[in-house]
Amino acid sequence: MLETIAQQPILAALIALVGLGTLFGGLLGFAAEKFKVEGDPIVEQIDELLPQTQCGQCGFPGCKPYAESIANGDAINKCPPGGQATINAIANLLDVPAPELDAEHGEEADVRTVAFIREDECIGCTKCIQACPVDAILGAAKLMHTVIADECTGCDLCVEPCPVDCIDMLPVKETIKDWHWPAPPTTADLIASDRRAQL
Amino acid sequence: MQEFAVILVSSILINNYVLVQFLGLCPFMGVSTKLESAIGMSAATTFVLTLTAMVSYIVDVLVLMPLGLIYLRTIAFILVIAAVVQFTKMFIEKTSPLLYRVLGVFLPLITTNCAVLGVALQNASKDLNFMQSSLYGFGAGAGFSLVLIFFSAMRERLAAADIPAPFEGAAIAMITAGLMSLAFMGFSGLV
Repeated sequence: MLETIAQQPILAALIALVGLGTLFGGLLGFAAEKFKVEGDPIVEQIDELLPQTQCGQCGFPGCKPYAESIANGDAINKCPPGGQATINAIANLLDVPAPELDAEHGEEADVRTVAFIREDECIGCTKCIQACPVDAILGAAKLMHTVIADECTGCDLCVEPCPVDCIDMLPVKETIKDWHWPAPPTTADLIASDRRAQL
Repeated sequence: MQEFAVILVSSILINNYVLVQFLGLCPFMGVSTKLESAIGMSAATTFVLTLTAMVSYIVDVLVLMPLGLIYLRTIAFILVIAAVVQFTKMFIEKTSPLLYRVLGVFLPLITTNCAVLGVALQNASKDLNFMQSSLYGFGAGAGFSLVLIFFSAMRERLAAADIPAPFEGAAIAMITAGLMSLAFMGFSGLV
Protein backbone atom coordinates (compact mmCIF):
# COMPACT_ATOMS: atom_id res chain seq x y z
CA MET A 1 0.00 0.00 0.00
CA LEU A 2 2.71 2.44 1.11
CA GLU A 3 4.91 1.54 -1.85
CA THR A 4 2.15 1.97 -4.42
CA ILE A 5 1.44 5.42 -3.04
CA ALA A 6 5.16 6.25 -2.95
CA GLN A 7 5.43 5.45 -6.66
CA GLN A 8 2.96 8.22 -7.47
CA PRO A 9 4.77 11.36 -6.22
CA ILE A 10 1.88 13.76 -6.73
CA LEU A 11 -0.64 11.43 -5.14
CA ALA A 12 1.74 10.77 -2.24
CA ALA A 13 2.28 14.50 -1.64
CA LEU A 14 -1.45 15.17 -1.75
CA ILE A 15 -2.32 12.34 0.60
CA ALA A 16 0.46 13.19 3.05
CA LEU A 17 -0.33 16.91 3.31
CA VAL A 18 -4.10 16.53 3.31
CA GLY A 19 -3.75 13.78 5.90
CA LEU A 20 -1.54 15.91 8.12
CA GLY A 21 -3.85 18.88 7.71
CA THR A 22 -6.89 16.84 8.67
CA LEU A 23 -5.11 15.34 11.65
CA PHE A 24 -3.96 18.71 13.02
CA GLY A 25 -7.32 20.30 12.24
CA GLY A 26 -9.06 17.58 14.23
CA LEU A 27 -6.67 18.02 17.15
CA LEU A 28 -7.19 21.79 17.15
CA GLY A 29 -10.94 21.39 16.99
CA PHE A 30 -10.75 19.10 19.99
CA ALA A 31 -8.48 21.56 21.86
CA ALA A 32 -10.83 24.45 21.06
CA GLU A 33 -13.63 22.59 22.81
CA LYS A 34 -11.47 21.53 25.74
CA PHE A 35 -9.85 24.92 26.39
CA LYS A 36 -12.96 27.01 25.88
CA VAL A 37 -12.69 30.33 27.75
CA GLU A 38 -15.68 31.39 29.80
CA GLY A 39 -16.05 34.87 31.21
CA ASP A 40 -13.37 37.52 31.20
CA PRO A 41 -11.13 37.40 34.31
CA ILE A 42 -9.42 40.61 33.17
CA VAL A 43 -12.45 42.54 34.52
CA GLU A 44 -11.64 41.37 38.05
CA GLN A 45 -8.05 42.50 37.71
CA ILE A 46 -9.03 45.96 36.46
CA ASP A 47 -11.63 46.24 39.22
CA GLU A 48 -8.93 45.54 41.80
CA LEU A 49 -6.85 48.46 40.52
CA LEU A 50 -9.73 50.95 40.64
CA PRO A 51 -10.00 52.87 43.93
CA GLN A 52 -13.44 51.42 44.87
CA THR A 53 -14.83 54.83 45.82
CA GLN A 54 -17.95 53.90 43.80
CA CYS A 55 -18.23 57.65 43.18
CA GLY A 56 -19.63 57.46 39.66
CA GLN A 57 -17.49 60.31 38.32
CA CYS A 58 -16.56 58.12 35.34
CA GLY A 59 -20.21 58.05 34.26
CA PHE A 60 -20.78 54.46 35.36
CA PRO A 61 -22.74 53.45 38.47
CA GLY A 62 -19.62 52.11 40.19
CA CYS A 63 -16.13 50.75 39.82
CA LYS A 64 -17.11 47.27 38.61
CA PRO A 65 -19.25 48.52 35.69
CA TYR A 66 -16.41 50.83 34.68
CA ALA A 67 -13.96 47.90 34.85
CA GLU A 68 -16.27 45.91 32.53
CA SER A 69 -16.43 48.87 30.18
CA ILE A 70 -12.61 49.18 30.14
CA ALA A 71 -12.32 45.49 29.31
CA ASN A 72 -14.60 46.18 26.33
CA GLY A 73 -12.31 48.93 25.09
CA ASP A 74 -13.43 52.08 26.92
CA ALA A 75 -10.90 54.81 27.73
CA ILE A 76 -8.93 54.16 30.93
CA ASN A 77 -8.57 57.81 31.97
CA LYS A 78 -12.00 58.52 33.46
CA CYS A 79 -11.23 57.93 37.13
CA PRO A 80 -10.37 61.16 39.03
CA PRO A 81 -10.16 59.60 42.52
CA GLY A 82 -7.59 57.10 41.29
CA GLY A 83 -5.70 59.76 39.38
CA GLN A 84 -2.63 59.21 37.29
CA ALA A 85 -1.38 56.36 39.48
CA THR A 86 -4.47 54.26 38.68
CA ILE A 87 -4.27 55.12 34.98
CA ASN A 88 -0.62 54.03 34.94
CA ALA A 89 -1.42 50.79 36.75
CA ILE A 90 -4.26 49.90 34.34
CA ALA A 91 -2.11 50.86 31.34
CA ASN A 92 0.57 48.57 32.70
CA LEU A 93 -1.91 45.73 33.15
CA LEU A 94 -3.37 46.07 29.66
CA ASP A 95 -0.01 46.93 28.09
CA VAL A 96 -1.28 50.15 26.47
CA PRO A 97 0.21 53.67 26.67
CA ALA A 98 -0.99 55.64 29.73
CA PRO A 99 -3.05 58.74 28.77
CA GLU A 100 -3.53 61.86 30.90
CA LEU A 101 -6.60 62.05 33.15
CA ASP A 102 -9.68 63.14 31.18
CA ALA A 103 -10.56 66.58 32.61
CA GLU A 104 -14.22 66.09 31.60
CA HIS A 105 -14.72 63.70 34.52
CA GLY A 106 -13.07 65.88 37.16
CA GLU A 107 -9.65 66.76 38.38
CA GLU A 108 -7.30 64.74 40.48
CA ALA A 109 -7.15 66.12 44.02
CA ASP A 110 -3.63 66.94 45.17
CA VAL A 111 -4.37 65.87 48.71
CA ARG A 112 -6.74 63.25 50.00
CA THR A 113 -9.86 64.81 51.53
CA VAL A 114 -12.64 63.60 53.79
CA ALA A 115 -16.10 65.06 54.24
CA PHE A 116 -16.79 66.83 57.52
CA ILE A 117 -20.29 67.84 58.69
CA ARG A 118 -20.53 71.01 60.79
CA GLU A 119 -22.78 69.32 63.25
CA ASP A 120 -24.51 72.32 64.86
CA GLU A 121 -25.75 73.44 61.44
CA CYS A 122 -27.04 70.01 60.35
CA ILE A 123 -30.84 69.82 60.17
CA GLY A 124 -31.05 66.03 59.86
CA CYS A 125 -32.49 65.84 56.34
CA THR A 126 -30.69 62.51 55.44
CA LYS A 127 -30.04 63.73 51.88
CA CYS A 128 -26.28 63.27 52.24
CA ILE A 129 -26.80 59.76 53.61
CA GLN A 130 -28.67 58.79 50.45
CA ALA A 131 -25.94 60.32 48.28
CA CYS A 132 -23.03 58.55 49.95
CA PRO A 133 -21.92 55.59 47.81
CA VAL A 134 -19.97 53.89 50.62
CA ASP A 135 -22.40 54.41 53.54
CA ALA A 136 -19.87 56.50 55.44
CA ILE A 137 -22.45 58.92 56.88
CA LEU A 138 -24.20 58.04 60.08
CA GLY A 139 -27.49 59.55 61.28
CA ALA A 140 -31.27 59.45 61.15
CA ALA A 141 -34.11 61.78 60.10
CA LYS A 142 -34.23 65.02 62.14
CA LEU A 143 -31.15 63.90 64.05
CA MET A 144 -27.62 65.12 63.57
CA HIS A 145 -25.45 63.30 60.98
CA THR A 146 -21.75 62.68 61.07
CA VAL A 147 -19.10 61.19 58.78
CA ILE A 148 -17.08 58.10 59.60
CA ALA A 149 -13.74 59.50 58.52
CA ASP A 150 -12.10 56.10 57.98
CA GLU A 151 -14.83 55.03 55.56
CA CYS A 152 -15.06 58.31 53.62
CA THR A 153 -13.44 58.13 50.19
CA GLY A 154 -13.54 61.91 49.60
CA CYS A 155 -15.72 61.65 46.50
CA ASP A 156 -17.59 65.00 47.02
CA LEU A 157 -20.98 63.44 46.21
CA CYS A 158 -22.54 64.50 49.55
CA VAL A 159 -21.63 68.20 49.23
CA GLU A 160 -24.10 68.95 46.47
CA PRO A 161 -27.36 67.60 48.02
CA CYS A 162 -26.92 69.33 51.42
CA PRO A 163 -29.62 72.04 51.67
CA VAL A 164 -27.78 74.04 54.34
CA ASP A 165 -24.27 73.62 52.96
CA CYS A 166 -22.88 72.31 56.18
CA ILE A 167 -20.50 69.76 54.62
CA ASP A 168 -16.86 70.69 54.12
CA MET A 169 -14.19 68.68 52.32
CA LEU A 170 -11.20 68.82 54.65
CA PRO A 171 -7.72 67.69 53.60
CA VAL A 172 -6.39 64.72 55.53
CA LYS A 173 -3.37 65.80 57.54
CA GLU A 174 -0.31 63.67 57.10
CA THR A 175 0.81 62.09 60.33
CA ILE A 176 4.17 60.69 61.29
CA LYS A 177 2.79 57.21 60.60
CA ASP A 178 1.78 57.65 56.97
CA TRP A 179 4.32 60.19 55.74
CA HIS A 180 6.73 58.96 53.09
CA TRP A 181 9.36 60.45 50.81
CA PRO A 182 7.87 61.72 47.55
CA ALA A 183 8.87 59.62 44.53
CA PRO A 184 11.52 61.30 42.33
CA PRO A 185 10.00 62.93 39.23
CA THR A 186 10.71 61.09 35.99
CA THR A 187 9.42 60.95 32.43
CA ALA A 188 11.15 57.76 31.34
CA ASP A 189 9.57 54.31 31.51
CA LEU A 190 10.62 52.87 34.81
CA ILE A 191 11.32 49.21 35.32
CA ALA A 192 8.46 47.26 36.81
CA SER A 193 9.73 47.16 40.41
CA ASP A 194 10.34 50.94 40.52
CA ARG A 195 6.94 51.67 39.03
CA ARG A 196 5.24 49.73 41.78
CA ALA A 197 7.05 51.78 44.42
CA GLN A 198 5.84 54.97 42.77
CA LEU A 199 2.18 54.05 43.02
CA MET B 1 24.37 11.64 29.31
CA GLN B 2 27.41 13.63 28.28
CA GLU B 3 26.07 13.75 24.74
CA PHE B 4 22.87 15.43 25.99
CA ALA B 5 24.87 18.00 27.91
CA VAL B 6 26.89 18.74 24.78
CA ILE B 7 23.70 19.20 22.75
CA LEU B 8 22.29 21.60 25.34
CA VAL B 9 25.46 23.70 25.66
CA SER B 10 25.80 23.74 21.90
CA SER B 11 22.26 24.90 21.20
CA ILE B 12 22.00 27.35 24.12
CA LEU B 13 25.39 29.04 23.97
CA ILE B 14 27.55 28.14 21.01
CA ASN B 15 24.94 28.04 18.26
CA ASN B 16 22.51 30.39 19.98
CA TYR B 17 19.68 30.81 17.50
CA VAL B 18 19.26 34.54 18.07
CA LEU B 19 22.73 35.94 18.60
CA VAL B 20 24.88 33.55 16.56
CA GLN B 21 22.58 32.30 13.79
CA PHE B 22 20.42 35.47 13.75
CA LEU B 23 17.11 33.62 13.61
CA GLY B 24 14.02 34.89 15.44
CA LEU B 25 15.12 38.52 15.64
CA CYS B 26 11.55 39.85 15.32
CA PRO B 27 10.34 38.81 18.80
CA PHE B 28 13.84 39.48 20.14
CA MET B 29 13.38 43.18 19.29
CA GLY B 30 9.60 43.34 19.59
CA VAL B 31 8.85 41.76 22.97
CA SER B 32 11.96 42.87 24.85
CA THR B 33 10.78 46.24 26.15
CA LYS B 34 9.28 44.76 29.32
CA LEU B 35 10.80 42.01 31.41
CA GLU B 36 7.46 40.45 32.35
CA SER B 37 6.25 40.02 28.79
CA ALA B 38 9.73 38.83 27.75
CA ILE B 39 9.54 36.04 30.33
CA GLY B 40 6.08 35.05 29.09
CA MET B 41 7.21 35.11 25.48
CA SER B 42 10.27 33.01 26.35
CA ALA B 43 8.16 30.38 28.05
CA ALA B 44 5.70 30.24 25.13
CA THR B 45 8.46 30.06 22.52
CA THR B 46 10.39 27.37 24.41
CA PHE B 47 7.21 25.32 24.68
CA VAL B 48 6.48 25.73 20.97
CA LEU B 49 10.09 24.99 19.96
CA THR B 50 10.28 21.78 21.97
CA LEU B 51 6.89 20.55 20.82
CA THR B 52 7.63 21.48 17.20
CA ALA B 53 10.96 19.66 17.24
CA MET B 54 9.23 16.52 18.52
CA VAL B 55 6.22 16.62 16.21
CA SER B 56 8.22 17.54 13.13
CA TYR B 57 10.61 14.65 13.81
CA ILE B 58 7.65 12.27 13.97
CA VAL B 59 6.14 13.70 10.79
CA ASP B 60 9.51 13.56 9.04
CA VAL B 61 10.27 9.94 9.95
CA LEU B 62 6.78 8.44 9.79
CA VAL B 63 5.28 10.32 6.84
CA LEU B 64 7.76 12.20 4.68
CA MET B 65 10.65 9.73 4.51
CA PRO B 66 8.67 6.52 3.72
CA LEU B 67 6.78 8.36 0.96
CA GLY B 68 9.93 9.94 -0.48
CA LEU B 69 8.58 13.44 0.16
CA ILE B 70 11.66 14.99 1.77
CA TYR B 71 11.38 17.95 -0.62
CA LEU B 72 8.08 18.85 1.10
CA ARG B 73 9.74 19.27 4.51
CA THR B 74 9.37 23.07 4.60
CA ILE B 75 5.64 23.03 3.89
CA ALA B 76 4.93 20.09 6.19
CA PHE B 77 6.91 21.68 9.04
CA ILE B 78 5.12 25.00 8.61
CA LEU B 79 1.86 23.06 8.94
CA VAL B 80 3.15 21.48 12.14
CA ILE B 81 4.30 24.84 13.54
CA ALA B 82 1.00 26.55 12.74
CA ALA B 83 -0.93 23.81 14.52
CA VAL B 84 1.37 23.80 17.57
CA VAL B 85 1.24 27.60 17.88
CA GLN B 86 -2.54 27.61 17.62
CA PHE B 87 -2.68 24.96 20.33
CA THR B 88 -0.33 27.00 22.55
CA LYS B 89 -2.48 30.07 22.01
CA MET B 90 -5.62 28.25 23.17
CA PHE B 91 -3.73 26.78 26.11
CA ILE B 92 -2.39 30.16 27.31
CA GLU B 93 -5.74 31.87 26.77
CA LYS B 94 -7.27 29.32 29.09
CA THR B 95 -4.55 29.14 31.74
CA SER B 96 -3.25 32.73 31.90
CA PRO B 97 -5.50 35.44 30.42
CA LEU B 98 -3.11 38.16 31.60
CA LEU B 99 -0.15 36.62 29.77
CA TYR B 100 -2.42 36.15 26.75
CA ARG B 101 -3.21 39.88 26.74
CA VAL B 102 0.40 40.93 27.33
CA LEU B 103 1.76 38.78 24.51
CA GLY B 104 -1.00 40.00 22.21
CA VAL B 105 -0.08 39.75 18.55
CA PHE B 106 3.32 38.20 19.26
CA LEU B 107 1.77 34.90 20.28
CA PRO B 108 0.37 34.00 16.84
CA LEU B 109 3.55 35.53 15.40
CA ILE B 110 5.58 32.64 16.86
CA THR B 111 4.35 30.89 13.71
CA THR B 112 6.53 33.17 11.62
CA ASN B 113 9.43 33.09 14.08
CA CYS B 114 12.08 31.69 11.77
CA ALA B 115 13.94 30.12 14.69
CA VAL B 116 11.10 27.60 14.98
CA LEU B 117 11.23 26.55 11.34
CA GLY B 118 15.03 26.77 11.51
CA VAL B 119 15.23 24.26 14.36
CA ALA B 120 12.87 21.82 12.61
CA LEU B 121 14.75 21.99 9.29
CA GLN B 122 18.21 21.80 10.84
CA ASN B 123 17.20 18.82 12.96
CA ALA B 124 15.87 17.05 9.86
CA SER B 125 19.03 17.68 7.84
CA LYS B 126 21.31 16.53 10.69
CA ASP B 127 19.75 13.02 10.89
CA LEU B 128 19.22 13.13 14.65
CA ASN B 129 17.17 10.65 16.64
CA PHE B 130 13.99 11.58 18.52
CA MET B 131 15.68 12.33 21.84
CA GLN B 132 18.36 14.48 20.24
CA SER B 133 15.81 16.39 18.15
CA SER B 134 13.64 17.28 21.10
CA LEU B 135 16.70 18.23 23.14
CA TYR B 136 17.87 20.51 20.32
CA GLY B 137 14.41 22.07 20.25
CA PHE B 138 14.43 22.61 23.99
CA GLY B 139 18.00 23.95 23.90
CA ALA B 140 17.10 26.40 21.15
CA GLY B 141 14.14 27.60 23.25
CA ALA B 142 16.28 27.89 26.37
CA GLY B 143 18.91 29.86 24.44
CA PHE B 144 16.21 32.13 23.01
CA SER B 145 14.78 32.66 26.52
CA LEU B 146 18.22 33.38 27.97
CA VAL B 147 19.11 36.15 25.54
CA LEU B 148 15.57 37.56 25.41
CA ILE B 149 15.39 37.90 29.20
CA PHE B 150 18.93 39.36 29.44
CA PHE B 151 18.17 41.77 26.63
CA SER B 152 14.84 42.96 28.06
CA ALA B 153 16.40 43.44 31.51
CA MET B 154 19.04 45.65 29.88
CA ARG B 155 16.45 47.55 27.87
CA GLU B 156 14.43 48.32 30.99
CA ARG B 157 17.55 49.87 32.51
CA LEU B 158 18.38 51.64 29.27
CA ALA B 159 14.92 53.25 29.20
CA ALA B 160 15.73 55.15 32.38
CA ALA B 161 19.36 55.86 31.45
CA ASP B 162 20.68 59.11 30.06
CA ILE B 163 21.24 58.21 26.40
CA PRO B 164 22.34 60.79 23.79
CA ALA B 165 19.27 61.81 21.77
CA PRO B 166 20.33 60.31 18.39
CA PHE B 167 20.79 56.87 20.00
CA GLU B 168 17.48 56.70 21.86
CA GLY B 169 14.96 53.90 21.28
CA ALA B 170 15.63 51.34 18.56
CA ALA B 171 19.18 52.56 17.83
CA ILE B 172 20.56 51.77 21.28
CA ALA B 173 18.66 48.46 21.23
CA MET B 174 20.39 47.48 17.98
CA ILE B 175 23.79 48.45 19.38
CA THR B 176 23.12 46.48 22.56
CA ALA B 177 22.05 43.43 20.54
CA GLY B 178 25.22 43.72 18.46
CA LEU B 179 27.43 43.81 21.56
CA MET B 180 25.58 40.82 23.04
CA SER B 181 26.09 38.97 19.77
CA LEU B 182 29.84 39.72 19.89
CA ALA B 183 29.93 38.32 23.42
CA PHE B 184 28.15 35.13 22.33
CA MET B 185 30.55 34.68 19.41
CA GLY B 186 33.14 34.16 22.14
CA PHE B 187 31.54 30.79 22.97
CA SER B 188 32.48 29.31 19.57
CA GLY B 189 34.96 26.48 19.95
CA LEU B 190 33.82 25.71 23.49
CA VAL B 191 32.93 22.12 22.68
